[in-house]
Amino acid sequence: MTNFANRSTLNVSVKNLVLRWLLYAVLALFAIYYMLPLFVMVTTSLKSLEEIRTGSLISLPRDVTFQAWMTAWSGACSGIKCEGLRPYFWNSVIMAVPAVLISTFIGALNGYAVAQWRFRGANLIFALILFGCFIPFQVVLLPMARLLGQMGLAGSIPGLIMVHVIYGIGFTTLFFRNYYVTIPPELVKAAKIDGASFFRIFFSIFLPLSLPIIVVTIIWQFTQIWNDFLFGVSFSEAGTQPVTVALNNIVNSTTGVKEYNVDMASAIIAALPTLLVYVVAGKYFIRGLTAGSVKG
Amino acid sequence: MITWLEKHMPKIVLAPSFLIAVIFVYGFIGWTAWVSLTRSRLLPRYDLHGFIQYERLFDSARWDTALNNLYIFGFLFIIISTLLGLMLAILLDQKIRTEGVIRTIYLYPMALSLIVTGTAWKWILNPGLGLEATFRDLGWTDFSFDWLVNPDMAIYTVVIASVWQASGFVMALFLAGLRSIDQEVIKAAQVDGIPTWRIYASIIIPSMASIFLSAFIVLAHLAIKSFDLVIALTGGGPGFATDLPATYMYTMAFSRGDLGQAASSAMVMMMIIFAIVVPYLYSELRAKHD
Repeated sequence: MTNFANRSTLNVSVKNLVLRWLLYAVLALFAIYYMLPLFVMVTTSLKSLEEIRTGSLISLPRDVTFQAWMTAWSGACSGIKCEGLRPYFWNSVIMAVPAVLISTFIGALNGYAVAQWRFRGANLIFALILFGCFIPFQVVLLPMARLLGQMGLAGSIPGLIMVHVIYGIGFTTLFFRNYYVTIPPELVKAAKIDGASFFRIFFSIFLPLSLPIIVVTIIWQFTQIWNDFLFGVSFSEAGTQPVTVALNNIVNSTTGVKEYNVDMASAIIAALPTLLVYVVAGKYFIRGLTAGSVKG
Repeated sequence: MITWLEKHMPKIVLAPSFLIAVIFVYGFIGWTAWVSLTRSRLLPRYDLHGFIQYERLFDSARWDTALNNLYIFGFLFIIISTLLGLMLAILLDQKIRTEGVIRTIYLYPMALSLIVTGTAWKWILNPGLGLEATFRDLGWTDFSFDWLVNPDMAIYTVVIASVWQASGFVMALFLAGLRSIDQEVIKAAQVDGIPTWRIYASIIIPSMASIFLSAFIVLAHLAIKSFDLVIALTGGGPGFATDLPATYMYTMAFSRGDLGQAASSAMVMMMIIFAIVVPYLYSELRAKHD
């Protein structure tokens, strides 16, 4: 009798162990699936063209060379110019930094005004601003191109900054509004009785409380703006293109031999800033992603 | 004066953003809607001519391909990403010791630009030196995988790359949902001896209906706006076999100089999105009022 019981518990635990191993195997398999493209990109970027032609896609480089990285950074050709990604990388930096900071600041003030000073019509105005998050940008592309031309900003980085701020405000306002509605309104009431002004309350009470949501918003905006291609390709010209557009031009440039290693090195360079943000601040990245997407 | 200013400060602060929305969202949509009803070609013309651009659009074989591609791509992308995301979330929710690391690996593609994703997959899927060549080297000499250059199959490469990019994110949504489920109910079911798969099928998965809905909204939104990935992966080709509405619109606007077609195709894109998003927003807002 006891023997029988023992054997059945043994069977159950063996079965559990097998299931557990199977579970880990499946999870590992998918980890390989998600890592494979990155792995292939990195190894390809470290091979010589000769080795790429004769070797296999998934093999490690025999002789590691950083030649492709140097070419990608400062010598790869897109169209007629051969100056690599470097100038375009800096274009993206010059474009993204002010656009992120301005849109985040405006969003913080908007969110504070909507969530804590509930005047009549505040929610309607919020809804009207938020609507901009849902439209496909194709529907504003043509008039924006014309307006930028009329303002003398066509093909310029300030023009791109303006576009990213305008269409970023919806999301930044949403983030800060949702954060500030959780703060009890008594705080503002008490401060008002003490004679503090709208801005005084914002800068000395609310802003110091906002660090987590500022981080979430900055990461979200930075990822969106750095990775943008549609606005970049529509509103830039030779010389002012952001890095995503330059990468696409390098990869699809038809002149000369196809340098796959340079393409891959360029792609990694273009991806590095957002990847770095993800690795360093992944928690905030995911929070922004879920907050931005559940609503937007 | 100062008290008046102070009293109206919240409105004054919101006014610029409100104005920006009125001009750059509503005004611009109005402009595009208007131009879509004219005979505009290279330059906008403002005299109305009814639905002539929409008739041209739906007569165009290229637009027909673009819409068909959107249906194929959108359907597969949404279904596969959702199922894969749900499966991975359930597997990861079994008290996995290395969960943090695995989650980070599954989700990182979401941080990449779609241009980067397209570039990587274009290289992996290219028949000459990519996966096809690799499998042939491994001894599988008649292995063939030429979808990237095959007009009938190229749209499926867009599905492959976009599922890779977005499925980890769907997993994160479902994982958050699994973590917010009341554990008492599940424990009670376990005590009653209900098998695990039945607990998932009849209790856990149905209780995540709202997450299915938001995953659907986000993925549909991504699918309709898809532009970068197609440009980087196939360039809309071979021919225009992988055109989507977004690439059609861009071609008409910036290479063909056909503003009327660009405007009308953009309007159709917006209407497709609204057909999906507006009922969702409506039900969300109603739920809050109740």
